[in-house]
Amino acid sequence: MSAVAQPLLAVRNATKRFRGLTAVSDVSFAVMPAEIFAVIGPNGAGKTTLFNLIAGAFALDEGEIHFDGRRIDGQSPDKICEQGIARTFQIVKPFPELSVRDNVAIGAMLRAPDMDSARAAADEILRKLDLFDKRGQKAASLTLPDRKRLEVARALATRPRLILLDEVMAGLRPTETDHMVAALRDINRAEQLAIVMIEHVMRAVMALAERVHVLHHGASIAEGPPQEVTRDARVIESYLGLKAAH
Amino acid sequence: MSASPASPGARQTVALALFGLALVAAPFVVDRYILSIILLCLIGAYLGQAWNILMGFCGLLSLGHALYLGLGAYGAAALYVKFGIGPWLGVFVAMALAVAASFVIGWLGFRFRIEGVYFSLLTIAFAESARIGFDNWAWLGGAAGFFLPVRAEDFGQYWNLRGGPFFFYYLALALAAGGLFVSARLRASKLGHAWLAIREDAQAARALGVNVTRARFMALFVSAAMTAVGGVYLAFWGNNIFPGQIFDMAHSIDIMLGPIVGGVGTLFGPIVGSFLLVPLGEALIEALRALGLNAPGAKALVYGFLLMGIIAAAPSGVWPWLARRLRLQDREQ
Repeated sequence: MSAVAQPLLAVRNATKRFRGLTAVSDVSFAVMPAEIFAVIGPNGAGKTTLFNLIAGAFALDEGEIHFDGRRIDGQSPDKICEQGIARTFQIVKPFPELSVRDNVAIGAMLRAPDMDSARAAADEILRKLDLFDKRGQKAASLTLPDRKRLEVARALATRPRLILLDEVMAGLRPTETDHMVAALRDINRAEQLAIVMIEHVMRAVMALAERVHVLHHGASIAEGPPQEVTRDARVIESYLGLKAAH
Repeated sequence: MSASPASPGARQTVALALFGLALVAAPFVVDRYILSIILLCLIGAYLGQAWNILMGFCGLLSLGHALYLGLGAYGAAALYVKFGIGPWLGVFVAMALAVAASFVIGWLGFRFRIEGVYFSLLTIAFAESARIGFDNWAWLGGAAGFFLPVRAEDFGQYWNLRGGPFFFYYLALALAAGGLFVSARLRASKLGHAWLAIREDAQAARALGVNVTRARFMALFVSAAMTAVGGVYLAFWGNNIFPGQIFDMAHSIDIMLGPIVGGVGTLFGPIVGSFLLVPLGEALIEALRALGLNAPGAKALVYGFLLMGIIAAAPSGVWPWLARRLRLQDREQ
């Protein structure tokens, strides 16, 4: 990665207000192609709002978002997905009455000429995420860890160049976390997939992220390699201050 | 898919083939009265199929499907009577009228985010407006109705839908079979899967690259056009159209009940529902007449209780229950 390389995703001075509450305030960062980037911060820091802005679910009040050199803010979520940004939802949104396989095939439909090839693509991803044996089950019958995996599988099926993962490790056991970390790293390497992850599970952040961006009350307070950021006084204060209040 | 002889998929194919054969043979076996009831079952199955595409697949509840039925009926009948243009051409005009009306409803609904029950209310409003409008449209007979000429010399002009009971029976069978075919093909397609995704969770569908508004419009158009074809059939079969009947809310409900009782979102639900409800309604009329109970509303009351019983016994529809019992369930269901 040279110093002049163009970022894949560039968020510039992004601001979002909800009736006077500034959820995201003047946030800027850039993600390089095939980079793994984490966004951390205490609850209510505006991380999910930031994802919704990038994915097109919310409109920006100020600022710009560029993907692969093109401005994407203001576009609808389906258009943004089509351009190569996939996202998962923190509160998982499976298609409950459809089979696991069809859930993923619907994601794969975007780049498949027909359902047969979409199902074939889905099977491949289901194998990678250890869901292949459950492909015939209804999504409604899955356990929460499996639903998290399904959420990732479905997003991957759209063949993105950048994926937004919103707390996909939450609720997983340590071995399951390691498994997911390994799967994500494989896909990141094999397909040059850039990953932006919101994560509270530091085990996963430390293992995966090359750089970490820290949000607190909607504003950026630190950015850098994980080892540095976790030693930053303001970061420790933002977390410990909140923990102490509990 | 390869299926072993005893697999549910193969059993389903055999059951469907036997059912189809029985329907083809029916006119040579049963009397005219029974045949007319089967004809009503087939039309109900066809219209249920059209409604089911919108609600069962795409999750949009229309309570005003009588609108498309009426527009189709009036459109083709008016062309035939007033301008001498046969229904073979009129059916396309009928479909275009229904699609145009559904576009207005869809545009209002999707543009202004009128969702859920409010969308359903919008569909009722349009059907009721059409009923009142046609009631007062003198050129098409108004409330007194619009009549198609029944002339002996026209008989046998099948391209103008002028034929006898056998002709109309086989036409209904063709409609029901065609409706099932279209429904099955759409459900298996990418568009069909986009519909299912939207029905399950529109926000998640959108995040996976599904153009939700476009897919919803497609569901509306297909459903409206298919219903309009049913309207053309009803006009040329009955030879009379009354705004108070064809656009009636009760007609919209009749269209929905079959798929609801049979199983919303399933391919065979509309067929099973219609073949259950139409004979039930007829039997009830006969039974109440035999008992001398011809108090107004008696049929509706008993019918209502029976419906409640069926829905309580098989909440997700009779077809899924029946398919399990007869081991006809396919992979998807």
